[in-house]
Amino acid sequence: MNLLEKIDAAAAARKALLPNGVGAFGIPIEEVYSATEARIGDRRVLLLGTNNYLGLTFSPECIQAAHEAIDKEGTGTTGSRMANGSYFGHRALEKEFADFYQCSSSIVFTTGYQANLGTISGLVGPGDTVLIDGDSHASIYDGCILSGADIIRFKHNDVADMEKRLRRLGNRVETTLVIAEGIYSMLGDQAPLAEIVKLKNAYGCVLLLDEAHSLGVLGETGQGLVEKTGLLQEVDFITGTFSKSLCSIGGFCVSNHPQLEQLRYISHPYIFTASPSPATIASTRAALELLRKGSHLRKQLWNNCTQLYSALKEAGYVLGPDPGPVIAAVVDTPQQALLLWQQLLEHNIYVNLILPPAAPEGKSLVRCSVNAVHTENQIRYVGDTFAKLYSVISSHS
Amino acid sequence: MTDSNYDEIMQLLCDRLSSLTNSNAQISPETNLISQLSIDSIKLLNLIMEVEDAFDISIPINALADVQTVRELVDLVHKIKSVSQ
Repeated sequence: MNLLEKIDAAAAARKALLPNGVGAFGIPIEEVYSATEARIGDRRVLLLGTNNYLGLTFSPECIQAAHEAIDKEGTGTTGSRMANGSYFGHRALEKEFADFYQCSSSIVFTTGYQANLGTISGLVGPGDTVLIDGDSHASIYDGCILSGADIIRFKHNDVADMEKRLRRLGNRVETTLVIAEGIYSMLGDQAPLAEIVKLKNAYGCVLLLDEAHSLGVLGETGQGLVEKTGLLQEVDFITGTFSKSLCSIGGFCVSNHPQLEQLRYISHPYIFTASPSPATIASTRAALELLRKGSHLRKQLWNNCTQLYSALKEAGYVLGPDPGPVIAAVVDTPQQALLLWQQLLEHNIYVNLILPPAAPEGKSLVRCSVNAVHTENQIRYVGDTFAKLYSVISSHS
Repeated sequence: MTDSNYDEIMQLLCDRLSSLTNSNAQISPETNLISQLSIDSIKLLNLIMEVEDAFDISIPINALADVQTVRELVDLVHKIKSVSQ
């Protein structure tokens, strides 16, 4: 089988899972009306398949900031910060992130994916070890691979399993980076951070926490799991993304370790890429300000999360262990997941379809992302529709 | 490093692969994990965690990049186990 035939074989396997030209992945969205509604084909759909947790995509403050930045600085930076320089906005946003997390250093990356890639591959290298949760996001896996460090997995959110693997490392724990996530993207559950921190301190390794899904969602000011648990000062490096609660694109890393600054000179995903555009930086700065003051948005978000989680649980669906903005219905087969996804779309609800091997433990997921500006009626409609479809899905093998 | 060690690893891996694939196919040292047993990446990673626990060793998953057959997997585990003893 030659190179192109191998790709054809992979495409055939994908088509076998998604018959009749169903476009569950990368579905065309023709128009976006608001943070909660868009048009897919000729349907006006409810958006439950975004990560727009605070619902800020159309906030006047973010839009105005982006407009002003384009007028003042143009559409793009056309190069990397290392070669082409750092605009005022890049430096201001880094200072604002450092202030937000009460940290001495902060680096802004062009995407959230690159924030993990750049931070991990800058911190560890060949001969070092990374100990990661088995359900880690692909950006964490890819950052570890890029680093050349030895990659060891522990069972998802299983602290006893994590300790077993730390113990086996012996003296190598001194050069070990442990990585966990504030909220995991598949089931929406949270890392047992207090227990992880205890182990990190007992074994003397370094801890990185990815707050991609928990930034803006957890904690009084929205710092994430570090704030909810009061463990901000115990985590060595925090990464996150702008593409969820902050409604743009980009990523960051903050730390009190002065070594973070060195990543600017060794981290290829930071050095060899164009810096974020002025409009992106400006809208992110406006969104960060709204996020910090957004306790009312978090309250609305959690009301919506609890309402939908309860409705799906009551209807009989198997869900992740914690209510939160990521609510995934776990079903046994890809066929059941596809049917549920299709039926929801027929009812004008757009959610995410996740099939093996992307879903944990060989299961399939239909994943909802709740946001702060979904109305009570919208959430009720989604819950009622899921409930109506439960028997259809259960009887379908 | 003894042959009995190697045989023990081979036996354990063949047993686990057999139950993972739910297949009656004969598993031999030359069996290809992906093309013949359809072991996907997540199943393989979970299998590695089981093997780590069975032998109390650490197996970096990046070492799997060169593994295609059952024999290559056994060789890898045997090498790590021998070094750790």
